[in-house]
Amino acid sequence: MRYIPNAENDWGEMLQAIGFKRLEDLINILPEPLRLKEALDLPSPLAEMELVQHLLSLSEGKKMISFLGAGAYDHFIPAVVDHVLRKSEFYTAYTPYQPEVSQGTLQAIFEFQTLICQLTGMEVANASVYDGASAVAEGVLMAQRLKGRKKCFLARSVHPESRIVTRTYTHPWALELKEIPYTAEGSTDLNALRNQIDGETSAVVLQQPNFFGCLEDLEEAAAIAHAQGALLIVAVVEPLSLALLQPPGLLGADIVVGEGQSFGNALSFGGPYVGFFASKESFLRAMPGRLVGETVDREGRRGFVLAVATREQHIRREKATSNICTNQALCALAVLVYLATLGKEGLKELARINFSKCEYAKKRLGELGRLRFSGPTFNEFVVTLDQDPQFILPKLLQQGIIGGFPLKKFYPEMEREVLVCITEKNSRENIDRWVEVLGNVLKEAK
Amino acid sequence: MKEQWPGACGLVLEEPLIFEKGAKGRIGYSLPRLDVDEADPGKIWPSKLIRHDWQGFPEMSEVEVVRHFTHLAQWNYGVDSGFYPLGSCTMKYNPKVNEDLARLPGFSGAHPYQPEEITQGALRLMYDLQNFLCQIGGMDQVTLQPSAGAQGELTGMLMIRAYLTDQGNPRKKVLVPDTAHGTNPASSSLCGYQVIQVKSNERGILSPQAIEEKMDEDVAALMITNPNTLGLFEEHICQIAEMVHQKGGQIYCDGANLNALMGLSKVGDTGVDVLHFNLHKTFSTPHGGGGPGAGPVGVKDHLARYLPVPIIIKDREGFRFDYDRPQSIGKVRSFYGNFGILVRAYAYILSMGPAGLKRASLVALLNANYLRVKLKDFYFLPYDFPCMHECVFSDRLQSQYGVTALDIAKRLMDYGFHPPTIYFPLVVHGALMIEPTESEAKETLDQFIAAMVQIAQEAQTDPGLLQNAPHKTKVSRLDEVLANRKPRLRWKP
Repeated sequence: MRYIPNAENDWGEMLQAIGFKRLEDLINILPEPLRLKEALDLPSPLAEMELVQHLLSLSEGKKMISFLGAGAYDHFIPAVVDHVLRKSEFYTAYTPYQPEVSQGTLQAIFEFQTLICQLTGMEVANASVYDGASAVAEGVLMAQRLKGRKKCFLARSVHPESRIVTRTYTHPWALELKEIPYTAEGSTDLNALRNQIDGETSAVVLQQPNFFGCLEDLEEAAAIAHAQGALLIVAVVEPLSLALLQPPGLLGADIVVGEGQSFGNALSFGGPYVGFFASKESFLRAMPGRLVGETVDREGRRGFVLAVATREQHIRREKATSNICTNQALCALAVLVYLATLGKEGLKELARINFSKCEYAKKRLGELGRLRFSGPTFNEFVVTLDQDPQFILPKLLQQGIIGGFPLKKFYPEMEREVLVCITEKNSRENIDRWVEVLGNVLKEAK
Repeated sequence: MKEQWPGACGLVLEEPLIFEKGAKGRIGYSLPRLDVDEADPGKIWPSKLIRHDWQGFPEMSEVEVVRHFTHLAQWNYGVDSGFYPLGSCTMKYNPKVNEDLARLPGFSGAHPYQPEEITQGALRLMYDLQNFLCQIGGMDQVTLQPSAGAQGELTGMLMIRAYLTDQGNPRKKVLVPDTAHGTNPASSSLCGYQVIQVKSNERGILSPQAIEEKMDEDVAALMITNPNTLGLFEEHICQIAEMVHQKGGQIYCDGANLNALMGLSKVGDTGVDVLHFNLHKTFSTPHGGGGPGAGPVGVKDHLARYLPVPIIIKDREGFRFDYDRPQSIGKVRSFYGNFGILVRAYAYILSMGPAGLKRASLVALLNANYLRVKLKDFYFLPYDFPCMHECVFSDRLQSQYGVTALDIAKRLMDYGFHPPTIYFPLVVHGALMIEPTESEAKETLDQFIAAMVQIAQEAQTDPGLLQNAPHKTKVSRLDEVLANRKPRLRWKP
């Protein structure tokens, strides 16, 4: 039992000290009827080698060329990131309740909070939340706390999973969640918003770039929201875009939330990821989640502690701003190490690579006349196939290509649309091959 | 202090913030060559969307980045550093092979929307893990989706709310004992419920009478933590569950302390309707400095139709996600859960097997009771009964010298130990909540006992030594009041 140091030779003295005879007898602390009589019905233990072999076999699969994004982005992760994450002083520690022995985690989170502020153009950012989708939900709840109004507008071009999560989180509060349609350019129909929004609205939620990859006019949206006394919440699911895009904070956003996976966190079949949450200093006391602040020790040296905890569940109990009890510290650390490694210039260059390759892929597909939206994009766009993707995508898969995300899953009206993502990992060769194979498959299917 | 303690002195390296390091032009990255024509967003995007330069972002070489984080890591204390008896948090050892397994390229590179037919291994892992958790907790169905225990609580309470709504009335109140886990009141109120506190009795557990007084047709659920945060088993749980059920309420069990019960008792056999699992506590996945964890939720059959979507099912063609669940509460996060954490928990369960899990719980009980017995002559033990996986002392004996639980905690750092949880549970004034877990050898426990005994003596003879502790850490006691009064939450140029 390599994970349990105390073995039979150690038990005797300890059992004697506590007045028990055999280790098994400790079950007698439980009431008799509740003591389990039979062994758990679980597989017999595997040795380390057998375990590795078993999981290797589960994880194995054919190597594919993938054009999937849609909220999870396949970026290259420099080796430095995982080497830092594997430092066990980081990953085997817990929430830094005792700051004097947790300065590493605390300083790292303080640096993370600062970077999120710099990227989003906001004044304060928390230590992170579970993921981008729950961050949107927490943002909507915060706006409702601040405004005390029951209505909230979510653009249909916000990630569908974020909208579902928001619906789930807000259900007990009977909020009126209204959708805003999208235009032929692929951005949110701000005229529709202007016509529907009223003084009962707490917030408007947009995503930048939106789920279709298209760019939104945040400044205009902010003006419309603010005219009714509502807040603008901006979700950023592909934060690499912030290296080139004017940050939401400078365009009037009141709350900026998002998904940090793009920065140094593996796809890992959907998690763990890391949500970020930023706002204005004046809204600080209404913000959910952990915050780390700078302070001094008794000798006046700089140090970091958990701050403004009076908003939190362990102090305010049922009156807390959220029930979040921790953050996603290790994923936030990955974001931090990744951003420190790339630096400002690296991040800009990487964003330009993504953008340029995506423009190339759009052009190649555009030659076939198949782009669904005309609006500008960053590294994702929507293609309309002239066949049902349900039949086309499996044929691409047979040739080793995951051709994109079929939008019908979330948008019934988009029967033939596929969302495509291009990152630095998609070489020109792969893009060309995908266009060629897609062309052939479509031809054959006719 | 003599040499016998883990805490010695050593060279601690100073390290500025990343914003105070590096210089313009330093490069830590190498990016692939651009193999297409460069496109200029300035020519394609509306000009008001173009970002110009921004201030303060780091520019560092790779070696500067590595040294920065190596220095930061040295200022941290983890389970791999030494004894970490942080009560209620279950800081057990995190097996190394599990770290490797979660990073297998087939797992770490899997996109959440990739076709199910090429993801059968991952789906099988999740399906099996659901069944393992059902078996260990005695529940009928499990969702792996919630990201952490607190999100599991939210998920569970939303399901209870949905169920009661379908029964005709979501009800208004949730009963939460004073010995329940700290997030329970906030989770209940996030679901729109009014929280009613129930007092534990003189034995530190809930009495059926206390429930009888508060239970009525307005109560949606009792949220109970078992074993509770005093480390005591709620032995009237079955009777209490019956009373709550009779009036149409549900029982939510916070499984934060399930590590005490593996193979010894099944929570589902005690009348519990919903149970969440903390994979980062019971199933050895790392705490990561505060996350990511994972908080799967188990339910009994009558609540299964409310589980978040998707659930994983197995049919003739293999494993697949099922979204066709009209009564589902929806989703509490994107995709399917913290898959990387699920891999580690799955690997742990397979490594331990049924007998290993049972032994883990038994040795956790042994270690906790050993500390309880050995320390109770030196620290006040408000509930002097055999405990489960943790025991709660208080600073009552030391307070006469002006020494608090906080001082004792800080002084422990000098001896080379992570302090226990302090001032929680609230039901014990000046609490010191100690959870050794099964991961500690007897010598470590003896060393910790000796340190605690010596600290108790120091409290009498030299209270200032404790009030000014810690003395050996990188920074001395930090001013938390200042951090709250004038919050400085980011670096500024």
